[in-house]
Amino acid sequence: MSGLVATDLHLAHGSRPALDGVSARFGRGRVTALLGPNGAGKSSLLALLAGLLAPDAGTVTLDGVAVTAMPPRDRARAIGLLPQGQVVHWNMDVATLVGLGRLPHRGRGGADAADRAAVARAIAATDTGGLASRGVDTLSGGERARVLLARVLAGEPDWLLADEPLASLDPAHQLDILARLRDVAGEGAGVVIVLHDLNHAARVADDVLLLAHGRVVAAGPTEAVLAPGPLAQAFGIQVERARGEDGRPWLLPTGRL
Amino acid sequence: MTRSTLLLLLGCTGAAALSLLSGKVWVPFDAWSAADPRSLIILELRLPRTVLALVVGAALGLGGAVMQGFLRNPLADPGLFGVSAGAAFGAVCALFFGYAAQAWLLPAFALAGAAATVALLALVAGRSGSLVLFTLAGLIVTSVAGSLTALAISLAPTPFVSSAILSWLNGALTDRSWADVELALPLTAFGALLAARTGPGLDALALGEDAARSLGIDLGRLQRMVVAATALLVAAAVASAGVIGFVGLMVPHLVRPLAGHRPSAVLWPSALGGALLLTVADSLVRALPTVTELRLGILLSLVGGPFFLVLLFRLRRRLP
Repeated sequence: MSGLVATDLHLAHGSRPALDGVSARFGRGRVTALLGPNGAGKSSLLALLAGLLAPDAGTVTLDGVAVTAMPPRDRARAIGLLPQGQVVHWNMDVATLVGLGRLPHRGRGGADAADRAAVARAIAATDTGGLASRGVDTLSGGERARVLLARVLAGEPDWLLADEPLASLDPAHQLDILARLRDVAGEGAGVVIVLHDLNHAARVADDVLLLAHGRVVAAGPTEAVLAPGPLAQAFGIQVERARGEDGRPWLLPTGRL
Repeated sequence: MTRSTLLLLLGCTGAAALSLLSGKVWVPFDAWSAADPRSLIILELRLPRTVLALVVGAALGLGGAVMQGFLRNPLADPGLFGVSAGAAFGAVCALFFGYAAQAWLLPAFALAGAAATVALLALVAGRSGSLVLFTLAGLIVTSVAGSLTALAISLAPTPFVSSAILSWLNGALTDRSWADVELALPLTAFGALLAARTGPGLDALALGEDAARSLGIDLGRLQRMVVAATALLVAAAVASAGVIGFVGLMVPHLVRPLAGHRPSAVLWPSALGGALLLTVADSLVRALPTVTELRLGILLSLVGGPFFLVLLFRLRRRLP
């Protein structure tokens, strides 16, 4: 089966089940938002999709091959992960940091022309050229988020998984990052994002996977999933839905059920 | 070769020349011909000491750089894993039981101490790969080895033994021969080979563990290589020169402004910087007009302690 496919995933942290029979299929060239209340299993699912964890039962396959069985370098070239948080432990300059995204492609000789070209493309795509020689410690939160995204893009993965990439960003920078992720999908990569804000998902996602208590509540096109029924079931909230001028839905939580 | 590496290489060459000349007796370059009796001082005393200073300094500097990269902590030092404490305790045992009369036994005990420490660390923290567990285990080993060393000093059968132990604990390069070089060099070379292979893993770890794994780095394997490399490097240094602290802490800091902050870019400059620092310091203790030679380990602690404190103050200011 082609694409990134999760089949009947089970995962427990100790005795507490994090995922309890999750199946999902992600498409190339599409943005899929993972939504759900805290503790629903979104980050666990992302870690399994990235091959960082092995499920207790079930499989994650990429074009028919289990991701945990892929050689780590091959997996790293195919699947890029933007983890939660913005920590960079050493104050390297931005160009060097973005270059780390090429590690899975590098031979013994260090960076070659292809690596440098990919880094230049990633820097251009994230509009971080002006920062290239700055130290990471001198960047603002918004700049740092763009640079870390550039790091993942430099690896030119077919799949981009991002865990809450908008956390602690102001609205302008949130829109920036969402627009870049949209572009990445536009170029043919599959993008899976863990989000907290329903309206961000409504703006950016083609598909939504709604999780609660480690199970899939609803999955499918954004329009169908971000509806009062499934949202009530997942979050226990009442939602009013309207439409913006671009025809995309707006969602306003109005109370708890 | 980058400019910083070239600069450091030049520095090492200069320091080596200084180290050959300096001492209670200054030997000028024109005394090196075989006809001059002073050439014996150079070949049999000064040269092995200079080479050993370069090797031990490189081992300590590289060990510090590897460990700081792996722990992502600029305050890490080879002492942190407890490996130098373990190696020192091994050496102290050899002195305590009077085995040190045989030249090779003391180094062998130091190596055994380092290896035992590493084995213990691997047993306690190895499989989990947890950084906190690893550091804590190192801390415990350091403290236990320190207590046992203190016990050995207090139970020493004669004052000579306790004096020998104390002088060993303050590392030095006094009266070293080619035999010490033959011991330290292969261990350091092997450790450096392993350290060289940790570069990409250390770079990736700068982004955190999840990002590193998503970049295809096997963290368990990286940890094993880091442990083996540091054990070899530190054991080589302790076995041939005793306990010399702070080199592994200071040198990576000093070379970062030159070499950049990427962990793999710091490795070789740190080895060269360590060699430079130790060779200069060792020339200095010989040239100082003290009655008996100031111990190298004491000099470096006197410099390294304040350095560490300044570093702490600077890091504290950066914290929220």
